[in-house]
Amino acid sequence: METVLFYLFAALTLASGLMVITRRNPVASALYLVLCFFGLAGIYVLMDAYFLAAIQIAVYAGAIMVLFLFVIMLLRLEPTELPSFMNSWSKRLYVAVTLVLGGVFLGLDLMRTVNTGADSALTGEAGAIADRLFNRYLLPFEVTALLLLVAIVGAVVMARRESPKPTASMEEV
Amino acid sequence: MDLYPLILAFPLIGLLINAVLGRRLGVRGSGAVASVAVLLSFVGAIQAFIKVRHLVALGDGEARLVVRLWEWIHVGGFSADLSLLFDPLSVVMILVVTGVGFLIHVYSIGYMSHDRDYARFFVYLNLFMLAMLLLVLGDNYLVLFVGWEGVGLCSYLLIGFWYDRMFTTKMSNAAAGKKAFIVNRVGDFGFLLALFLIFTNFHSLNFDTVFAAAAHHPAATGVMTAIGLLLLLGATGKSAQLPLFVWLPDAMAGPTPVSALIHAATMVTAGVYMVARSHILYALTPDVLTVVAWVGGLTAIFAATIACTQNDIKKVLAYSTVSQLGYMFLGLGCAAFGGGVFHVVTHAFFKALLFLGAGSVIHAMSDEQDIRRMGGLRHKLPLTFATFLIATLAIAGLPGFSGFFSKDEILAAAFSRQPALWGLGVVTAGLTSFYMFRLMFLTFFGKSRVEPERAAKLKESPPVMTVPLLILALLSIVGGLIGLPPVLGRHLLGGFLAPVFEGLHHIEGFGHAEHLSASKEWLLMGISTVAALGGFLLAWTRVHKVGDKEGLFAKSRNGFYRLLEDKYRVDEVYDLLIVRPLSKLARFCWRVVDELVIDLAVNFSGLGVRLGGELMRLFQNGRIQSYAFFMVLGLVMLLIRVLVQQG
Amino acid sequence: MFDYNHALILAFMLFTLGTAGVLLRRSALVVFMSIELMLNAVNLVLVVFSRLRGDLDGQVICFFIMAVAAAEAAVGLAIIIAFFKRKKHVDLDRASLLRS
Repeated sequence: METVLFYLFAALTLASGLMVITRRNPVASALYLVLCFFGLAGIYVLMDAYFLAAIQIAVYAGAIMVLFLFVIMLLRLEPTELPSFMNSWSKRLYVAVTLVLGGVFLGLDLMRTVNTGADSALTGEAGAIADRLFNRYLLPFEVTALLLLVAIVGAVVMARRESPKPTASMEEV
Repeated sequence: MDLYPLILAFPLIGLLINAVLGRRLGVRGSGAVASVAVLLSFVGAIQAFIKVRHLVALGDGEARLVVRLWEWIHVGGFSADLSLLFDPLSVVMILVVTGVGFLIHVYSIGYMSHDRDYARFFVYLNLFMLAMLLLVLGDNYLVLFVGWEGVGLCSYLLIGFWYDRMFTTKMSNAAAGKKAFIVNRVGDFGFLLALFLIFTNFHSLNFDTVFAAAAHHPAATGVMTAIGLLLLLGATGKSAQLPLFVWLPDAMAGPTPVSALIHAATMVTAGVYMVARSHILYALTPDVLTVVAWVGGLTAIFAATIACTQNDIKKVLAYSTVSQLGYMFLGLGCAAFGGGVFHVVTHAFFKALLFLGAGSVIHAMSDEQDIRRMGGLRHKLPLTFATFLIATLAIAGLPGFSGFFSKDEILAAAFSRQPALWGLGVVTAGLTSFYMFRLMFLTFFGKSRVEPERAAKLKESPPVMTVPLLILALLSIVGGLIGLPPVLGRHLLGGFLAPVFEGLHHIEGFGHAEHLSASKEWLLMGISTVAALGGFLLAWTRVHKVGDKEGLFAKSRNGFYRLLEDKYRVDEVYDLLIVRPLSKLARFCWRVVDELVIDLAVNFSGLGVRLGGELMRLFQNGRIQSYAFFMVLGLVMLLIRVLVQQG
Repeated sequence: MFDYNHALILAFMLFTLGTAGVLLRRSALVVFMSIELMLNAVNLVLVVFSRLRGDLDGQVICFFIMAVAAAEAAVGLAIIIAFFKRKKHVDLDRASLLRS
């Protein structure tokens, strides 16, 4: 049952990930990304990482992606031309070769090295993670909070400026 | 206060002042600064002379003062100090250099008064004094070489001083300077090679070390011979001997005081000084010494014959200088090192006087130098005439004048060594007398052939020019008294120089030179006097008597005369054999080697770099995705590397 | 229980998709989303290893990554908005400011 569910979620994740990078309309891409996040959340659940699965939905799919959608709609972007492959054949070839080679090697390596027998039956409930966060990782946690604050301030400063008169430095660029 | 350790500083300060302020000082101020600088050096030289003479009188053999200024080069096993060596030889030289130099500086104030570039002139003169003192006082070959090149540079600068004028119809002053410089380079090349040989064989360039090493552990005969010949080559370049004398006559393009100071009295004697300084090396190779003697003897008669036919007053004096320098080398080659130096001294007096007198004439004649357009000047220029006459008597070697004694000493040495060379010397003495009196008669006697507009402006030079003439005239008369032959008295100069040439006594075959018997001495003196009088009579009959008739300067005479007039066509031969092939080779190097081969390689590598740059430009396209791509590419390569290593 | 190997392969493929999106798409927004994909692929790997090793630290790091991703999204989107205001497009091919 779990195996079946895993492949189901995996297929969902991959398929929606593919859709993200192939849609012309950014809104469609964003929605597929949300779907992709849901698939991942399912896989997290299968691995008993309940808390992560929850915030994957709540923060990622809920908050971040909504932000994306807001921005997309705010900018009223027309659908971009999809064959926005990089502008020359040689580059396409490079990318293909790079990805294929990297995939083959890494895939082969993964097949070989990971020991599948060891399953710890670890469960990532909110309490257990909170225990780690507020004890061992308290300082990084606070720093992260500060980081978010800074990001918010920065975002506001940057996006707010209507720039009726662009400064000289901006004009030069 | 001892001034002699600062002897180099005065001309240096003088030239710095003139270089910065010269134009504001005016010709008198500028000249005064330069002259005072040299005068102070002269005082220093006198002090050094007094000290050294005292040491000589003590007679402990080491009659020398060394002033070590600073360590100049110290690399591995090689070291050279900038230190000044005051021994009898160098003291005699600096006395002459600074003394005559001072008089010529003073004279120049008058001579250059109408020139707008007087400041540059005095800067060059002081620079020359500095280099010449360095040359003479250096206690090793390297410092000597620095001075050697320095005086060469000054010579070049001063020959081309009036760079915007023509020397002859075919040659500009600048070209004359260039010729002097390049011909000197040939000699300097030999000199430099000699220095290399000396260093590799004796591991030092210091005079004492080299001579001591050479005397006790001489190198292979071939090497010693090579050193001697190469040094001689250097000396022939600087002192205008065969085969490198061709530059000196053209050096007359410079202002006349320069000709007097550099191209007659001091610089050209550097070769003589250098050979005298290296006497140990030459004494060890008697064959080379013989070569020196023959080079000197042949140059003497060669140049004297040319001088008999020249019509430019300075050219006559130039060839006369070459000839007299030949005498000096003849003396050196006959192991009469002291005699050679003696002739340097007396020659400096009377030849400087001759040139300055000629300068006075030229100045008075508004820059006319051709003696065919002079004549009868003795009434207009009495002082110049009187001093010029004294100098002529001195150079002709009439008894009592300075030239007589020094020439006689050389001839006596030649007689006891190699009678054939003595013969050359006597003939040259006769020729010298002839061409000098020819010059006298054509310039100062006879009917005036001066162009009217020049004759109107003809007047005696100012005192600033004539007083140096008088002093030099006095020296030309009495200068010989410092070196009387044994039959007449004491040879003061010889006694003074004796400690320098002390080392010769330890070398086989150079013991005390056998003194000629008194009767032979008298005989030799008589013969050279007869030769001088013979030259005078020849000039009297062939020039003065026919002086006013037509045809004296007619072009056609026999072929030999024309050959002499054309200076044996040495310049033409050199041009054909050396200059033209060289310029063809240079043209080949330029057109083929440089423009085709080297430029191609350079352009090709430039093209390669440009193509490489173009290629790299493609990666710097400013697109962030492109940068990201290369980042990923690198990441993948890294991964592959890790995986391959593991597997 | 499913094969964790396959979960890692899934993570790798997701990462590759993200990379391809970053490299190939011209719209800055889609590039941004592709970066989120890559981050999630990394998260997946961390969770898998956390599970395998029996250590919660992996999941804690995931938490931090999500926080950073949120911050990054906020700033990045602000940049995109500012860019759009000036240029009226978000096409990376037409933005070559780095070359100046």
